[in-house]
Amino acid sequence: MRAALLRIGALLISLVLASVVVFVVLRLLPGDAAGATLGVGTTTDQLDQLRSELGTDQPVVTQYVQWLGQVVRGDLGTSFVSRLAVADLITQKLPITVPLSLSAFVLAVLVSVPLGVIAAVHRRGPVGVAVSAVSQLGVAVPVFWVGVLLVLVLALQARWLPAGGFPRTGWDDPAAAVRSLVLPVVTVAIAMSAVMVRYVRSATLDVLDQDYLRTARSLGYGRWHALARHGLRNAAVPVVSILGIELATSLLGAVVIENVFALPGLGTLLLDSVTSRDLPVVQALVLGLTAVVLIMNALVDLGQRAIDPRLRAKEVAA
Amino acid sequence: MTGELTTTTPVARGVDAPAAAPGTPGGSGGRARGARRLPPSLVVGAVLVGLVAVVGLVSLVWTPYALDDTGTGERLAGPSAAHWGGTDRLGRDLLSQLMTGAGNALVVAAASMLVAGVLGVAVGVLAGATRRWVDVTLLSGVDLLIAFPTLLLAMLIVTVRGASLSSAIWAIGISGAAVIARVTRVNVARVLREDYVTAAHAAGTGWWGVVLRHVVPNVWPTLLVQLMLLGGGAVLAEASLSYLGLGAPPPNASWGRLLQEAQSTMLVQPWGAILPGLAIVVAVLGLNLLGDGIRERTDPNLRGDR
Repeated sequence: MRAALLRIGALLISLVLASVVVFVVLRLLPGDAAGATLGVGTTTDQLDQLRSELGTDQPVVTQYVQWLGQVVRGDLGTSFVSRLAVADLITQKLPITVPLSLSAFVLAVLVSVPLGVIAAVHRRGPVGVAVSAVSQLGVAVPVFWVGVLLVLVLALQARWLPAGGFPRTGWDDPAAAVRSLVLPVVTVAIAMSAVMVRYVRSATLDVLDQDYLRTARSLGYGRWHALARHGLRNAAVPVVSILGIELATSLLGAVVIENVFALPGLGTLLLDSVTSRDLPVVQALVLGLTAVVLIMNALVDLGQRAIDPRLRAKEVAA
Repeated sequence: MTGELTTTTPVARGVDAPAAAPGTPGGSGGRARGARRLPPSLVVGAVLVGLVAVVGLVSLVWTPYALDDTGTGERLAGPSAAHWGGTDRLGRDLLSQLMTGAGNALVVAAASMLVAGVLGVAVGVLAGATRRWVDVTLLSGVDLLIAFPTLLLAMLIVTVRGASLSSAIWAIGISGAAVIARVTRVNVARVLREDYVTAAHAAGTGWWGVVLRHVVPNVWPTLLVQLMLLGGGAVLAEASLSYLGLGAPPPNASWGRLLQEAQSTMLVQPWGAILPGLAIVVAVLGLNLLGDGIRERTDPNLRGDR
């Protein structure tokens, strides 16, 4: 319990640190928000006026504290470009990005866990070698290229699925919405599976070499039975840590892939804001995505403790 | 065992952890070190990286056509004797652009490995070899940086500095430095606790003597492996950034941007979208295999179990 509280405390500290990093990087490097908004050919008076409007004439520490106070209250500021509330902009995009990354994650887990276990059990057989080779190759393949190739073959040539875009009516037409998410989901899932298969395989290999598994076999359990009874929970400990990180990765994968498929989600919003230097939006999105990653990491640590009593025992001893 | 320290932390995630698994359970090969056969991954990796390097170097002095040469006409042509890779939507030779892209990928990989290596080793040694509070402070910063996704860091930097080759290199290099610092610190701290270091101290060897005689030889193979994997990650990250339009602007040829430009016309000229992707895979696979190969060659625990 004490360790869990400590972990949550560490999470809060890293969230605050992350917010400082995001804030400082966007403020202290050359070029400021006012200059970025007004562009070339503006007078110093206009700049000064905007600066006092934005509060950028205040000391950085004051600005940071004000901003953090607003963020905690759910006010993410106003977009320089669209003049809309950043929180609203983000909420609008969630119905695309969240289903995309969650389904990609689930699909990747469903594919990679069985494949990884099979590859480990038959490590020297043709199946094991093939899985290892394909995942080695898969790790080197850029995720957006997978998307482009799928579009080329399945959308442009076979015409089975749309090449991109999202129905204007959104989820009011569920069939059309699902159809436009199929290829993006498969793309992200392929890229994630390549990484996850390797982790599952190595975690299972680790377990297969343990004495307790040999003992189980010598007691007459079959290979799969022994693995199911004694191996899976042990192999799950390192795999859970990767699953957590990969869930965060799937969110970032979605950010890139949305641009391949012209899906109007968080990733497209982020890219547009970076290109137009829309600081409040970039700031909120980068901080939000980073927070998701940090929170996932903390959950993973807590989850590992739940699975593995040895980790709990260690902390009692200490 | 020592393997645990480097592998169970999610630090060396990506390509590192899988190969570590066979290493932990005691190893089967024992100490079969020596001038035996080179690991196949080392050979294949070296060949692929060598290929990219040669093409990139050649592109500095010669390409079949000038990059801005729109030629006599045929746009979006398929591969032919005159244009081995075909032409793009302006009639420019694709092969010439791919060759120049190899140079670009090499520059990005090498420069980010340099940034990550210098920064990461400095921080890692400082954390591993000094007082505890320095260690704790540096490590918490490093951990935060590791959790901070490279792509987001790159977007922050691009927002402020604008899209350029150097923005990409700094973002990738700084992200990589965190991983290198972690690995360096774990290994330096491990070596410094060994009996032979205590013995060296007792025998009167100074701090620098210990570092040069014991720490460097024990740590560099692991670092080299991490740097190679980082190079692969750097090529991928740069390709993603330039695909998104956040990489080096147009006069520079980048595989990611070539792919992005070809995407809208790929039904007519699919090679424009296929070849840049293949080039990225060759470079990244080469660097990853080279990393794996160096690890197999230098880590006796991994022998014979693959």
